[in-house]
Amino acid sequence: MNIRSQIAMVFHLDKCIGCHTCSIACKNTWTDRKGAEYMWWNNVETKPGTGYPTKWEDQNIYGGGFEKNGKKPKLKSAGKAKGLTTIFYNPKLPAMDDYYEPWRYRYNDLFEAPEGDDQPTALPISDITGEVMTPKAGPNWDDDFSGSPDYARNDVNFKNVSKEEQDALFQLERMSFFYLPRMCNHCLNPACVAACPSGAIYKRGEDGVVLINQEKCRGWRFCVSSCPYKKSYYNWKTGKSEKCILCYPRLETGQAPACMHSCVGRIRYLGVMLYDADKIKYAANAEERDLVKSQMDIYLNPFDEAVIEAAKKAGIPDSTMEAAQKSPVWKFVKEWGLALPLHPEFRTLPNLFYVPPLLPAMASTANNVYESTSESLWSTIEQSRLPMEYLASLFSAGDKEIVKNILKKMMAVRIHRRNKTVGDLETDESAKALNDTGLTPEMADAIFRLTSLPLYDERFVIPPSHREEAIQMMEETHEYRGETGLGFTKKPKRGL
Amino acid sequence: MINTLLFIVLPYVALILLLLGSIYRYRFNRFTVSSLSSQFLEGKELFYGSVPFHWGLVFLFFGHLIAFLFPRSVIAWNGIPARLFILEIAAFSFGLLTLSGLIMLVARRVNTTKLYPVTSKMDVLVYMILLVQVITGLWTAVGYRWGSSWFASVLSPYLKSIFVFNPDIASVSAMPLIIKIHIVSAFVLVGMVPFTRFMHFLVFPFTYIWRRYQVVIWNKKQA
Ligand code: HEM
Ligand code: SF4
Ligand code: SF4
Repeated sequence: MNIRSQIAMVFHLDKCIGCHTCSIACKNTWTDRKGAEYMWWNNVETKPGTGYPTKWEDQNIYGGGFEKNGKKPKLKSAGKAKGLTTIFYNPKLPAMDDYYEPWRYRYNDLFEAPEGDDQPTALPISDITGEVMTPKAGPNWDDDFSGSPDYARNDVNFKNVSKEEQDALFQLERMSFFYLPRMCNHCLNPACVAACPSGAIYKRGEDGVVLINQEKCRGWRFCVSSCPYKKSYYNWKTGKSEKCILCYPRLETGQAPACMHSCVGRIRYLGVMLYDADKIKYAANAEERDLVKSQMDIYLNPFDEAVIEAAKKAGIPDSTMEAAQKSPVWKFVKEWGLALPLHPEFRTLPNLFYVPPLLPAMASTANNVYESTSESLWSTIEQSRLPMEYLASLFSAGDKEIVKNILKKMMAVRIHRRNKTVGDLETDESAKALNDTGLTPEMADAIFRLTSLPLYDERFVIPPSHREEAIQMMEETHEYRGETGLGFTKKPKRGL
Repeated sequence: MINTLLFIVLPYVALILLLLGSIYRYRFNRFTVSSLSSQFLEGKELFYGSVPFHWGLVFLFFGHLIAFLFPRSVIAWNGIPARLFILEIAAFSFGLLTLSGLIMLVARRVNTTKLYPVTSKMDVLVYMILLVQVITGLWTAVGYRWGSSWFASVLSPYLKSIFVFNPDIASVSAMPLIIKIHIVSAFVLVGMVPFTRFMHFLVFPFTYIWRRYQVVIWNKKQA
């Protein structure tokens, strides 16, 4: 066992209201800079939809992630041989038009326009050329556009949904959508790291945050094309790639990342997960149908004596262990089995998990009365507004059962709570619903609490960082000079 | 006098600049060491420019290197006319490949307004020196046959004399103008490396070949 600790996350999709506050918090903090205008380290997509950059999930276009291969997974379109022979022109690199051309408005025109017959307008000005332009796409261009022929219908996750079903789905009265907030997953098997020829990208041992060393990056851009989530971005002005840093300066001072702190729907949870690093290569190379299970098996139970023992030996501080035991991520992902990785078939072992959306369940009526027995509720899950194939394509590499089980659990919690608070259901009914899904009343109450009423420090259980210890414990502090601390403080000026 | 300047002073200045300048830039301004890729802003024409240009260059570079290092083997190879033709035609083709790529790259820079914000004054110089270099190279190949044979006997000794600090410029001084330009512009190019995007070929990521795919860095030293 090679035990390590990772900062992991859960997003509860039923709670996301699509307000984009997270994206703005991130943009204001990190990417409001020249060359980074188009970057949204955190972005929120409407699903069904094509996302940002357009169709990022379609690896036939972008060639991101890994493929199953012999003993170890293999990078799909990069790696030593492929990367070094295509280094003069990265064949899978998304270009600006796949994201959008960034612009801002010349608001001054509103004030300075001479008096005339028409209202003055603020013209959009390209952030690249500084000239007037016509925006043709934006970061959330298809916001709320479910059913649209250009966006929703081109969602790759419909690949297993028949044409008829799709047509039915996009009928006005059935139409539904949900939001998918996305950011770097700080993967256990990061494709960005593996594909970087310069070795500039690394995973921090202590907390698993994946970072790009800006001084080492030589701008070959293989991280951009290899990240299947398209969460590494090329700064066209500095010539270096950049990505989400999980607000590590905030984490190191015990604060939640800006996107999580500001989340209006309070959908975001962050905490420690312990995992066995020796199992990464097997988990990432599992058969497609076993991918979710094999990733789940990598995470170690922080209450298990053997794990605690091993963690101690591996030098994981007690405070981190304590955080792991309180981790909301552990609860959602492992204890309750409610959250799934996004596109596990990309094989990067992402550490951001999603509680799939229950969506407004399609109610069925009999004799003009809403059906509310668990039998009927179970069947409404199958007739949910979005076909199970769709959700399964997002969260379980196509396995509908996995998603269905989670939705059933969520429904069971609702039945249980309704029984408790409204009391208009048969108690048997509620007990059966819980029983069917393997939950206990205590678990259901805990799920309800952490879903609906969590306090700040229940949502974010951040282990204290031990950088000071790491350095001070060493007698030879001089060896660390220049390795930790501020990094470089020069302006990122180019022009050579 | 002018020959001394161009074939003794210039080479040494260029080599010193290359050596010290590159070390300085890598040491103190490492952030700027890359070729400032513009594929993100224009990703279609770049393919038809960058790929032929670079592959052509790679072969031309190794061609020159081999002729410099093993002049006798090259002459021996050229002893049979058929082999001489093959070598000359291959070299010329790579030159044409490079030139066509280069023209594409320049045209792309000029025609794509989106690239103006990422084009520096130094880039203009880079394109000019490259055009001079490649065109005079091709001209030499056509006008002064057969370069692959006389290079080995005339220019290799000159280059060698530079590297052993005993410059002998008798043979280069007698060269036709075009060849002189080719040599001079080569040294200018070498001297420009630390001040331009040329620096990027010095940081070709060799280490990727033997490093492990995944990189993990710990604060604490690992046992
Ligand atoms: C084997 C080593 C080399 C590698 C890996 C390499 C790689 C690259 C890359 C990735 C670009 C950026 C293309 C883009 O995305 O915009 C580039 C551009 C360029 N390279 Fe190289 N290169 C190498 C050798 C050279 C050499 C020897 C020269 C010339 C002496 C050269 C001259 C250029 C020029 C002029 C550009 C700018 C092209 C443009 O944007 O118009 N390269 N190179
Ligand atoms: S999501 Fe992409 S950028 Fe983030 S760690 Fe995984 S592969 Fe790297
Ligand atoms: S801030 Fe929260 S609720 Fe709003 S879009 Fe982002 S994740 Fe969803």
